[in-house]
Amino acid sequence: MIDVANNKTISPQRLSHLKELEAEAIHIIREVAAEFENPVMLYSIGKDSSVMVRLAEKAFAPGKVPFPLMHIDSKWKFNEMIEFRDNYAEKFGWNLIVEHNKEAFEAGVGPFTHGSKVHTDLMKTKALLAAMDKHRFDAAFGGARRDEEKSRAKERIFSFRDKFHQWDPKNQRPELWDIYNARVHKGESIRVFPISNWTELDVWQYIRLENIPIVPLYFAKERPVVEMDGNLIMVDDERMPKELRDQAKMRMVRFRTLGCYPLTGAIDSSANSIEEVVEEMMTITKSERTTRVIDFDQDGSMEQKKREGYF
Amino acid sequence: MANLDIKEFLDNDEQKDLLRLLTAGSVDDGKSTLIGRLLFDSKKLYEDQLDALQRDSKRVGNAGENIDYALLTDGLKAEREQGITIDVAYRYFSTNKRKFIIADTPGHEQYTRNMITGGSTANLAIVLVDARTGVITQTRRHSYLISLLGIKHVVLAVNKMDLMNFDQEVFNKIVEEYKILLKDLNIPDVTYIPISALDGDNVVDKSSRTPWYDGPALLDFIECVPIDKDRNYEQFRYPVQYVLRPNLDFRGFCGKVASGIVKKGDTVMSLPSGKTSKVKSIVTYDGELEMAMPPQCVTLTLEDEIDISRGDMLVHVDNMPTVSRNIEAMLVWMDEEKLDMDKQFYIKHTTRTTRAFIDTVQYKVNVNTMEQIAETNNIMQLNEIAKVSFSVAQELFFDKYSDNKQTGSFILIDPITNNTSAVGMITGESTKDKSTNSFSVITLDLPSLGIDEEHYMAIEKVCNSLSRQGVDVNLIK
Repeated sequence: MIDVANNKTISPQRLSHLKELEAEAIHIIREVAAEFENPVMLYSIGKDSSVMVRLAEKAFAPGKVPFPLMHIDSKWKFNEMIEFRDNYAEKFGWNLIVEHNKEAFEAGVGPFTHGSKVHTDLMKTKALLAAMDKHRFDAAFGGARRDEEKSRAKERIFSFRDKFHQWDPKNQRPELWDIYNARVHKGESIRVFPISNWTELDVWQYIRLENIPIVPLYFAKERPVVEMDGNLIMVDDERMPKELRDQAKMRMVRFRTLGCYPLTGAIDSSANSIEEVVEEMMTITKSERTTRVIDFDQDGSMEQKKREGYF
Repeated sequence: MANLDIKEFLDNDEQKDLLRLLTAGSVDDGKSTLIGRLLFDSKKLYEDQLDALQRDSKRVGNAGENIDYALLTDGLKAEREQGITIDVAYRYFSTNKRKFIIADTPGHEQYTRNMITGGSTANLAIVLVDARTGVITQTRRHSYLISLLGIKHVVLAVNKMDLMNFDQEVFNKIVEEYKILLKDLNIPDVTYIPISALDGDNVVDKSSRTPWYDGPALLDFIECVPIDKDRNYEQFRYPVQYVLRPNLDFRGFCGKVASGIVKKGDTVMSLPSGKTSKVKSIVTYDGELEMAMPPQCVTLTLEDEIDISRGDMLVHVDNMPTVSRNIEAMLVWMDEEKLDMDKQFYIKHTTRTTRAFIDTVQYKVNVNTMEQIAETNNIMQLNEIAKVSFSVAQELFFDKYSDNKQTGSFILIDPITNNTSAVGMITGESTKDKSTNSFSVITLDLPSLGIDEEHYMAIEKVCNSLSRQGVDVNLIK
């Protein structure tokens, strides 16, 4: 209880950590809307994005969110993700922009043929940078969290990018209190991470409390999967080589993170509700990003990708 | 964990509050080891992170056969190679009682800049000293910065007690040394704990090797220290962040309650206009509230239609901030480029951005000795701290930093590089009448430019938007 010295008639409740994190995020989101000319919210369709999107809806209620949502479609996302994305945007009245690397797509770039590094570079990083330039966005929200990965733990909430969209970890702007430096020159931009300080558990807890819709792939179901280099990869379409598809077995699995289906491993699970997912998370012995194939390309690979402009 | 009732766990987890903590100490004080242990012992470390850690420890670890906890917190490739921490890193862990965010900052190179960056939001600081060396220059420096930032709770963790046979005398002597140092500082709550980060003594559990110590273990203390009274609930300050006009019937002012408490029906004054009205409603996505407190983000609607825009501030009429263009502050220089007295900086204070000129650098502070240096030559360089007086183009609505962090803090932005050049903590209104610095204001005489009246509104809108960015235009209609 707070001791409100001059006013005994009110006894406000102390804010819980989630309410405090929520307030921090709403403040950040409003600050961007107020200070930038042309911001965009990057939407990955994952659970973290879903939370960020809800926070944006909260920030401007009862009004509409004054910036669009953009999805960089690598063309290898799970079909269920795309379906979810379109339904969500329509239901909640978002202006949704979808961009992809047309050239690379037409040239047939994909993880099975070109490997994860080339695929991610062309279909995700390059596509994102081209979209940023095309729309001249001067700020882009991302749903990254600092507890996900070591290099993210050191990134500012307002993360400056030069005109080549590069991150310079050794030369970050000091960031104090809740005063964010939003000034950029033409062509430069800021990546903004409103849920930097949330943990994986905070995200699940918030989804639970706020009833935020998420892609059903997060919950267990019998799905056709193939074992590839120790990862359980789901057969999501015909583009998976036939010799792999032929090995597919039905297994009760779910996904801890969502991305390109050939690069996202499933885990054996029967967790069917948020509570069961959290229970599994608390007792499971692997951290979240181990199911992401791209993190293991090389030592410090996320830091390298971020320097090149990846989120 | 096996018999865990997950619903109960989640319901309990939801109620926890958040403590932000700063760790200060040099490379050799065992700071990263301590953080690693807090994370490890509070079961935050997942098995695969541990696997990777054991692999890394053998390759580049500095802890011999033991796990090198420092590798957990040293994130970036460059610093793993050099074996130093180069910037602020954030770490997260939770216990049954509380959630924690640790800002880990290096103790040596660029220490001031990094520590100031990491500590601005901290509720509590852990200052590590080596039991073998006791209070040293760095301890003094870190404690000064903690005091400057207004962090109210400090734990002096006397580490490496294992190397001093857990000798009570050693501990007591260091406590006395630190108490002398504290006399020059403003830190209201200090707790002293003898620990061994490497072996875990008094970190999570009380150690049997310090029977003479009757205080809490470190984790116990940071789990329980009350922080909810640290916020300012008296002075209502509501910097308007964004004006929401979804339709003709709704005009809401979005903002964060910086301090104080606002209730429905309260009479509020808008600064700088001085116009008053009553709070009609406190709107959120989750419904209307009867009252709001810091750091809640809400939208206020008022009974009367008064002109309010971003950068304005709503306050209670009987509790006003200082309104002035002349300000004194402690300034920390954060930029490689040194202070140029001829430069007009942008100043961002709450949600208000305007221009600022430094008038004088009154004195500098030696962070190692806390001595004031009168000879300044009006120069400030990276990592230097000074008392300055400055003037701003538009009035700011502020309080002393020591009374109100939210309305007592600001940043200076270089208008050319856009870097955050300096950060400041307001000490008061500047008494000197310094009007030597004149702000160049552009004047647009619309009638004499032959501009039709129908365009006035559009031009005014553009000028308002420029003004919010710190560029003032004097409009003649």
